[in-house]
Amino acid sequence: MNIHEFQAKDIFARFGTPIPPGSVARTATEAKEIAEEIGKTVVVKAQVHVGGRGKAGGVKLAETPDEAFEKAEQILGMDIKGLTVKQVLVTEAVDIAHEAYVGVIMDRQTKRPVFMVSAAGGIDIEEVARDTPEKIHKLAVDPFLGLLPYQARDLAFKLYDDPKVANQAARVLTQLYLSFMSSDASLAEINPLVTTPDGRVLAVDGKMNIDDSALYKQPDIEEMRDPDSETAAEIEARKAGLSFVKLDGDIGCVVNGAGLAMATMDLVKYYGGAPANFLDIGGSSNPDKVVSAMNIITSDPKVKAILFNIFGGITRCDDVANGIVSALATIAKGPGGPLKLPIVIRLTGTNEEEGRRILNEVELVASDNMADAVQQAISLSQS
Amino acid sequence: MSILVDKNSKVIVQGITGRDGKFHTQQMLSYGTKIVAGVTPGKSGQNVEGVPVFNTVQDAVQETGADTSIIYVPPPFAGDAIYEAAAAGVGLIICITEGIPALEMVSVYAQLQNTDSRLIGPNCPGVITPGESKVGIMPGHIHKPGHVGVVSRSGTLTYEIVHQLTSADIGQSTCLGIGGDPIIGTTFIDALSLYEDDPDTHAVVMIGEIGGSDEEKAADFVKSHMKTPVVGFIAGRTAPPGKRMGHAGAIISGGTGTAEEKISALNAADIPVADRSIDVVELVRERL
Repeated sequence: MNIHEFQAKDIFARFGTPIPPGSVARTATEAKEIAEEIGKTVVVKAQVHVGGRGKAGGVKLAETPDEAFEKAEQILGMDIKGLTVKQVLVTEAVDIAHEAYVGVIMDRQTKRPVFMVSAAGGIDIEEVARDTPEKIHKLAVDPFLGLLPYQARDLAFKLYDDPKVANQAARVLTQLYLSFMSSDASLAEINPLVTTPDGRVLAVDGKMNIDDSALYKQPDIEEMRDPDSETAAEIEARKAGLSFVKLDGDIGCVVNGAGLAMATMDLVKYYGGAPANFLDIGGSSNPDKVVSAMNIITSDPKVKAILFNIFGGITRCDDVANGIVSALATIAKGPGGPLKLPIVIRLTGTNEEEGRRILNEVELVASDNMADAVQQAISLSQS
Repeated sequence: MSILVDKNSKVIVQGITGRDGKFHTQQMLSYGTKIVAGVTPGKSGQNVEGVPVFNTVQDAVQETGADTSIIYVPPPFAGDAIYEAAAAGVGLIICITEGIPALEMVSVYAQLQNTDSRLIGPNCPGVITPGESKVGIMPGHIHKPGHVGVVSRSGTLTYEIVHQLTSADIGQSTCLGIGGDPIIGTTFIDALSLYEDDPDTHAVVMIGEIGGSDEEKAADFVKSHMKTPVVGFIAGRTAPPGKRMGHAGAIISGGTGTAEEKISALNAADIPVADRSIDVVELVRERL
């Protein structure tokens, strides 16, 4: 799960990291009030889950509260890479002498949290990483020892010559590690970590991604979830325990298992079709999940055919068949009447015969071959 | 021969009295797996499908001499279950549980480096040596004894490919799901090196997917260390960047971990990659 800049900075501040004063606004009037309270030049920053906000015009300076109103009005409602800006962070503008990058990620290779720091921080950090990787210093942290003070100093001296500045940065690195660990983050970064002309170190921008698997023990972070960042279909999928990703095509896919779901999408593409979604109903045998899956897929007006690909293991084919039958009955009772979309079903594995029998009762036929089913779904979507 | 498990493996089930634990204990027993004990704290003295239940893994190992454990414990307790199995000296620990926080797995993995235990998973279907022992949740009947190793990050996609191999009369030595999480105990390289040392494995199918760079590292390993032929399949060619595709580890982040990168790394190591999962069979047949 992604959280917003202002939320990440709140977490950093809890561990003592200095951040410029500021607050979040949902209207231009609120933005003006916050600017009045700060009483200095402010920055108005779009809060959306996407990088490159500045380059897209979502970050603007405002010297007066009236100007903050004006800039907030421009930014609120703006579309940045497909996301509508619903809130802005209004925060004190900071004089910048130097910008560094400091971040911690969950590294799959070392299987440890890894620090990445660079004296060449700022908005072009991705280019720095790509073109001059030697400018990025890395350190894998022993999970049992944590970030030791000497390691924090060591990293800080890679960024700064001035010992006073380096000491402040070492503290920020330790605080960043604590923020990362205590929040079950998969990424926590400060970019830029600003040094002011008078030698203070401040986290001017921050970002955190949280491990979805850990949200059950992070209720405070679950509260930070932005309802505007999810579509109705994504919310329904999450509540039903389905993995769902919307795509642009017209073949709605319902599959059990993530790998098979991806392979199904790939096969649709291989035969010249376009998948409308990734959807994994998971390993359990709950017919309700199939009903939710059908609701989500039929709510997408682009979908022209529905493809089920089920390889029964723990998932039982009869449960999936019951789910399909009950979903069809529910849809038929709805305002649109019986489902008009063609359904192609592939069923193999545990309780396959029983599944077929249930489907046959409502005049549905199940194939046992994935490639056949995919091709049939494509041809029905085009007819 | 085979890798990891065989007819002599003595298996304990951690979480045996739970819904999944009970169901799969029965499934594994009927496949012929030697399940010698179960563990559920506080339920010592009970039995499940005739298998005695113990309070601790230590007790279960002491009484039965078990060498392998399979874990069906819910996510909040699964990390602890792995520590417990390792502390009791269980050599092979297979964790089926999906949804263990990654940071917890960081500590678990680090601790396992101080022991002789090997961890498979988490978030995996387990291991099966067809005709001998099934320590996992895969449908046993789609497998057939033979000489092809199958190693995969996924569950049902593996069943799909194994099913096709079996239908084409190509049997398997051992099939192994390494898991769909970002932090896993056994990687592709670990599995490939076990297959390379197994004289009864004559070819290996490696089923990868988007996210991370395990497949790329494995490709280097195949090129420099393996004589056994390897064929590949990579799921997620149509996956968009930045979205988690079901598995916690299946995500293209910062432009890396794409299917294209993995396929070209495999091809560069002379590993043929099937365009469709059904094409794996033909690629394997050509190399046997």
